[in-house]
Amino acid sequence: MTAIAASPPARRTGWRQLMGFNLLTGIILGVVGWFIGYSAIGLHLHGAGIAYYSSESGQNDIAIVLGYIFGVIGFLIGLGFANYPMRRLLGHPPSLAAHESEEEGLFRYFTLSTDHKVVAKQYMIGIGVFFFVGGLNAMLIRTELLQPNTHVFGANQYLTLVGMHGSMMMGIMTSGILGPFANWLVPLMIGSRRFAFPRIEAFTFWLLMAGSVILITTIFFGGFQTGWTGYQPLGAQGTAGYDAYIGFFALVGLSMTLFGFNLIATIVVMRAPGMTWSRLPIFVWATLSTAALMMLAAPMLIAALFMAGMDRTVQTAFFIPGQGGSAYLFQNLFWVFGHPEVYVLALPGFGIVLELLPVFARKPLWGYRLAVSGMLGVAFLSFFVWQHHLFVSGINADLRPFFMLSTELISLPTGFIFLCFMGTLWRGRIRFTVPMLFCMAWAFNFLWGGISGVFNSDVPSDTTTHGSFFVMAHFHYTIMGGLVFAFFAGIYYWVPKMYGVKLNETLGKVHFWIMFIAFNSTFAPLFGLGFLGMPRRVVTYNPSWQGLNDWVSASAYVLGLSMLVFLFNVCWSMLVKREVAEVNPWHSKSAEWQLPTPVPLHDFDRTPIFDEDPYPYGVEPVPAGSATVAPVGGST
Amino acid sequence: MTDERHHFRNFAVLWIVASVIVTPIMIFLIGPGLPPGNGSVEASGQVTDNTVLVAMATPVALLVLCYLGYAIVFFRERNPETVLDGPAIRGDASIQFWWLVVTTTLVLVLAGYGSARLLADGSGGGQGPNPIAIPKAPHGTTVLPVQVIAQQWQFTYRWPTYGGVETRAIELPANTLIRFNVTSLDVIHSFWAYELGVKADANPGVNNVAFVTTKGPLTFHVRCAELCGVWHGYMFGTGTVVPRAQFAAWITQQRAQYAPATKNLPPYSRSYFPQPLRRGG
Repeated sequence: MTAIAASPPARRTGWRQLMGFNLLTGIILGVVGWFIGYSAIGLHLHGAGIAYYSSESGQNDIAIVLGYIFGVIGFLIGLGFANYPMRRLLGHPPSLAAHESEEEGLFRYFTLSTDHKVVAKQYMIGIGVFFFVGGLNAMLIRTELLQPNTHVFGANQYLTLVGMHGSMMMGIMTSGILGPFANWLVPLMIGSRRFAFPRIEAFTFWLLMAGSVILITTIFFGGFQTGWTGYQPLGAQGTAGYDAYIGFFALVGLSMTLFGFNLIATIVVMRAPGMTWSRLPIFVWATLSTAALMMLAAPMLIAALFMAGMDRTVQTAFFIPGQGGSAYLFQNLFWVFGHPEVYVLALPGFGIVLELLPVFARKPLWGYRLAVSGMLGVAFLSFFVWQHHLFVSGINADLRPFFMLSTELISLPTGFIFLCFMGTLWRGRIRFTVPMLFCMAWAFNFLWGGISGVFNSDVPSDTTTHGSFFVMAHFHYTIMGGLVFAFFAGIYYWVPKMYGVKLNETLGKVHFWIMFIAFNSTFAPLFGLGFLGMPRRVVTYNPSWQGLNDWVSASAYVLGLSMLVFLFNVCWSMLVKREVAEVNPWHSKSAEWQLPTPVPLHDFDRTPIFDEDPYPYGVEPVPAGSATVAPVGGST
Repeated sequence: MTDERHHFRNFAVLWIVASVIVTPIMIFLIGPGLPPGNGSVEASGQVTDNTVLVAMATPVALLVLCYLGYAIVFFRERNPETVLDGPAIRGDASIQFWWLVVTTTLVLVLAGYGSARLLADGSGGGQGPNPIAIPKAPHGTTVLPVQVIAQQWQFTYRWPTYGGVETRAIELPANTLIRFNVTSLDVIHSFWAYELGVKADANPGVNNVAFVTTKGPLTFHVRCAELCGVWHGYMFGTGTVVPRAQFAAWITQQRAQYAPATKNLPPYSRSYFPQPLRRGG
């Protein structure tokens, strides 16, 4: 595709590497950008009387927003994103060589890299860090809820923790599976050497990191009181910390949109010869349907947040009732994005689980076309259900039967996925390795998520469950039980190929069982608390519910402990023991496992040609009465 | 293949037996305990609705659970060191077809049942300014309008048929159809009277109507169900349903007590627009 320049520029070595464009210069220019936007421009606008609304509360929202914008621009320039356009303007030939090299060793993970394998590992670590920060927030939330009336944190701090936990998990974990695994796997699975737009691939990652740091800065500006939904006009009256929420989610939305375009272009255009649509691995189909959701849904979020930001800074009134605005408008825009968004979280999980099942059941994927239509069906229908979040809000009340139907229709394509799951296990020879255990747990958890979803989708039943802990339990069963369990299945499965190290199997099983039991012990009682009438996001509650809440908090700590077991496993297996993985420890027949470990810089020596279906497992039917099974182990 | 039929029959028997045993247990043991109880006609309707959902969900859940158990026991590789392939089954047209037929039927029945219940009496949910599902008032009574005004961070109640008095407490007459007109003065709240089975968002500038038909006397909890700012967690209280005579005495007393304040209130309206929007909450 892109011509590689004949001689790559000479590279700096040792400490001299720091002199080029890298994370350090990015941070420095990011801070410089903040001061330009905030102090040099924003505060002067304030003085000129433009920021009338802000002056009322003593908070200069214009300055803060400008600080974020200039900070992000500085950060990206510091990382070197401006180099390529500048070089092109000056007449240099296009080249990716500046951003792809194996000579730099670990240092390349701290620079702008367009190697899809490096970006995937950057995502893995970056997202991992914020996943643990978000999880820590959850621990603090549960600590506050140990007692109904004694407070560890104030009400404002508590709501900020709730909002940060929600935003981090919903915003950053949208790339939780796609970031590490789609970036790493999609080119390998479809036989491409890179993404269609490698610079945009890197861009999405660094945008996400910039956004995440912005979200954390909310604690310096009084936090935000709105939860991850950021409803208006509550947001318009919120403290300056809400500007961080806007900045964070807008960057996440931009990152999602670009990622979606990039994935679609890659999968449509860059498949190797023979990789027909019906030979596409099911994980790539899941990625493709997710990408379509991200591309179409995230712009809604950007629009909503742009308007919310305008309301706060330059005195528009998009969402201010009584000044011509509508609070419903934000709810509508947010959930037109927000409901596809939850399937952005769920679909990659479907993909990983169905991708792993054939390997561990030693059978072809059962009902390949059904699984594909299930994923595309979920993706399509998810755009027609958003008002079930507004069943009691009084908006379009006459349309509630329609949204009830459309919501319940989503259980049809989801049912396809379950049927394919069950069909693949049917008469398989299942090996319960750690990744397979996580896949089985996915089915168990997602089942309860789906069943409780029926209660939420049914308006008469939803009248009680709406806005209660029941809903909270429901979406934790689908997102944590679905996405996070599939995420760990993917980690245990692909780390031997990505890092060349096998994670300890025994520690993995300890991690799995603690996590699985503690997860159910944490979230199953929340269904009960919702049924008893406990609303979401409350800092205090009816003292009669304390027993259940304490049980949940204790279980949540154990759930947090299981993450420490995982971290210990990673440190032990990667740093202490460092057991070099076999080339194909799972005896998988997928394309990525046929490559050497570590996967070379340009993936394939020559373009691969695909000539069979992606799951060539299983013994073809033999005449009745014969029970011969042929061993196939060890094939690479 | 005999092996195939053998497994299929065993699993079918397991699932059917489990469903036949567990479903009645769920309906008769769990059903009566389902929320929100029998505090009002609409609440009882929701309990029935929840019971139907539980009855339909139980066999579905058991299908997957029994299957997971069956697969773990019968389809596991006994010797994990060996890597042997299973049969290359890539699908089954008739199973896929019947799965689609059965799940579609289930979903359509569910949606039809839910819609029928919803359109019959509104199920206590907020229906916006122009409600279409209006329950019939009990014989010989008329509907009692109550305006619920939410603000950070309390609910107050305005009684248009009693001179527009605004009270801090809420008492409702028994066996009466109540029309809640829910609105807000600042941000979005949600009026949730748990035992009555009522939930309606309070939107600024919007009149969100919810109906409920009270039964006998009881105490009910009122909570805010939509995050509305720092003290959202403290936005709760109780109300009571009392005999009609007791209600008449209470509202008369309230009218007299709040008479000076009522004079200064803005005239009764479906919504209010106080200025300006406060900041810093």
